[in-house]
Amino acid sequence: MNLSMKLGRGVAWGYLVVVLLVTIFPFYWIVRTALSNNFAMSTDPSSLLPVDFTWGPFKRALGLATPAEAAAEGGSGASIDLALALWNSIVYAGLLTLFTVVFSALAAYAFARLHWKGRDVVFGVLLTALMVPSVFTLLPNFVLMKDLGLLNSFGGMILPGAFFSAFNIFFLRQFMLGLSNEVEEAAIIDGAGPLRVCFRIVLPMSVAPMATLTLLTFITTWNDYFWPLLVTNDESVRPLTLALAVFKQSSPQASLDWAGLMAATLVAALPMLLLFVVFGRRLVNSIGFTGIK
Amino acid sequence: MVTTLQDSSAQVVRGPATTAPPPKRRRKGPASRRNDTWVAWLLVAPALLGFGVFFAYPMLRGVYLSFTEFHILSPPVWTGLENIQELIDDGRFWHSLGVTAYFVVLSVVLGVGVSLVTAVVLHRLGVNTTVRGLMILPFLISGVVTALVWTWMLDPQLGIVNQLITWVTGEPIMFFGSDSWAVPSLAALNVWKSMGYNAVLIFAGLQTIPATIYEAGRIDGASEWQMFRSLTLPLLRPILVMVVILNVIGSTQVFDIVQVSTKGGPADASLVLQMYIYDKAFGQFDFGYAATMSLSLFLMLVTVTFTQMRMARAGESDTS
Repeated sequence: MNLSMKLGRGVAWGYLVVVLLVTIFPFYWIVRTALSNNFAMSTDPSSLLPVDFTWGPFKRALGLATPAEAAAEGGSGASIDLALALWNSIVYAGLLTLFTVVFSALAAYAFARLHWKGRDVVFGVLLTALMVPSVFTLLPNFVLMKDLGLLNSFGGMILPGAFFSAFNIFFLRQFMLGLSNEVEEAAIIDGAGPLRVCFRIVLPMSVAPMATLTLLTFITTWNDYFWPLLVTNDESVRPLTLALAVFKQSSPQASLDWAGLMAATLVAALPMLLLFVVFGRRLVNSIGFTGIK
Repeated sequence: MVTTLQDSSAQVVRGPATTAPPPKRRRKGPASRRNDTWVAWLLVAPALLGFGVFFAYPMLRGVYLSFTEFHILSPPVWTGLENIQELIDDGRFWHSLGVTAYFVVLSVVLGVGVSLVTAVVLHRLGVNTTVRGLMILPFLISGVVTALVWTWMLDPQLGIVNQLITWVTGEPIMFFGSDSWAVPSLAALNVWKSMGYNAVLIFAGLQTIPATIYEAGRIDGASEWQMFRSLTLPLLRPILVMVVILNVIGSTQVFDIVQVSTKGGPADASLVLQMYIYDKAFGQFDFGYAATMSLSLFLMLVTVTFTQMRMARAGESDTS
């Protein structure tokens, strides 16, 4: 290895370290702020460690602090029912993911493994949805939900995405097309009907891509902001992302409780970070895979 | 095939009350085909329902609403091309279009550029999956969380970034509070959030390039830079085009980070189109006009996407 190559590798490593630092530092900063005393923070804003370490912000975020305690640490009067918002996010993202993955898998099986008249035409029509950005259907879908009387309900939040996802169907169909015929044919000759083949053979063989889609759909829905913003109007069904934004916007700009807000943010991001710890490798590989297809 | 026949004969022996096995099996084939059609429609039914009710119908309705005066509480009134006339005369619409274009160009050029460099560095250094995993962390959190933490870090008085800037230059930068900095700051947030995801996509593309090509290049005495320019880039073109298209589509529809950090301000300086549409629909309840703007945004996206795919195809000849 000559000098210029060594130099090149050094520069490359340096670049990588900077990129990683910029990527990760905000996460550290959330933690650092969430463990600081909101009053004390203004006296030492550049301290890399929590200022006047306290669990107070988490107590405020979770609604466990008394008004006196909150005031003493610079908490504002604004509150956020984090437990309720967390529950709403779980219901919203959980149910939507469940429905869309199951229904997409059933449709993908019909498109990939069954022979029927009109199959390719129907598939082609469904795929047109990939070309249309969601922004165009959001407003009319809002009007539809209003007509159906589903505003401010889980039904209104979940229904539009529950039955149909062009990407999920396409992704699973691609995988199912690649499955070998042998097991399936053996089962058919054994007298198994198409439904039996679907539930007993093809779906069990497709568990890995279905898990990937579950993960990706759950993350996207958990982080979704625009649709819940349109269809909800009070905290009874409001998911976390929206609750956080509302909390920030309703706080007075001058004396924002950054420590409390960062604690709430951390609670909101925690489920995603846990998913990352458990499934990080699968996620990285699946992102790569969705690109190659 | 032989094994299948054996399996089937074994089944015949096991199977209940099969008097004439061979003809029975032959009848079974077409019969199951007939069943297929029925079952297939049953399995596709939920997706078709969802497509029809929550995609096709709203889409057609969106086109219809674009030509109406509609304020939610009373039924829409057909006004023909009035909305389009209004659109053409609406200075705020053209302004927001310009803001969006500025944001998209900054995000895509900067985002894809940094992602490409990062992917190549990761690939050439042979870094393990854990590092790539850390890179996609920002992809996992919502735009709202992204906007909140960066608003805090870029805060003019207490934000850590401005602490650093004040220490170096002596005065803080009003990132979200100034006309000139608002859009670049938002673009930076967007790049921060999507960079790792893009880099992992591009990295996957790099892995499909056979190592032998680089060995051949090295034997011919090509430098790293020459190999990047004349081997990596052309071979990576299809995936780069896809990443660019995805990013253009995504950043054209940017909303959450803008709504949480600047709300389109100061004084409309960061009023992206999606923000304006939302404001028209839910701030002023002018749904007809909001639908017209959505339609125009949609048509622009389709045009841009097709142009890019065309350019990609035109470029394919020199890659093979």
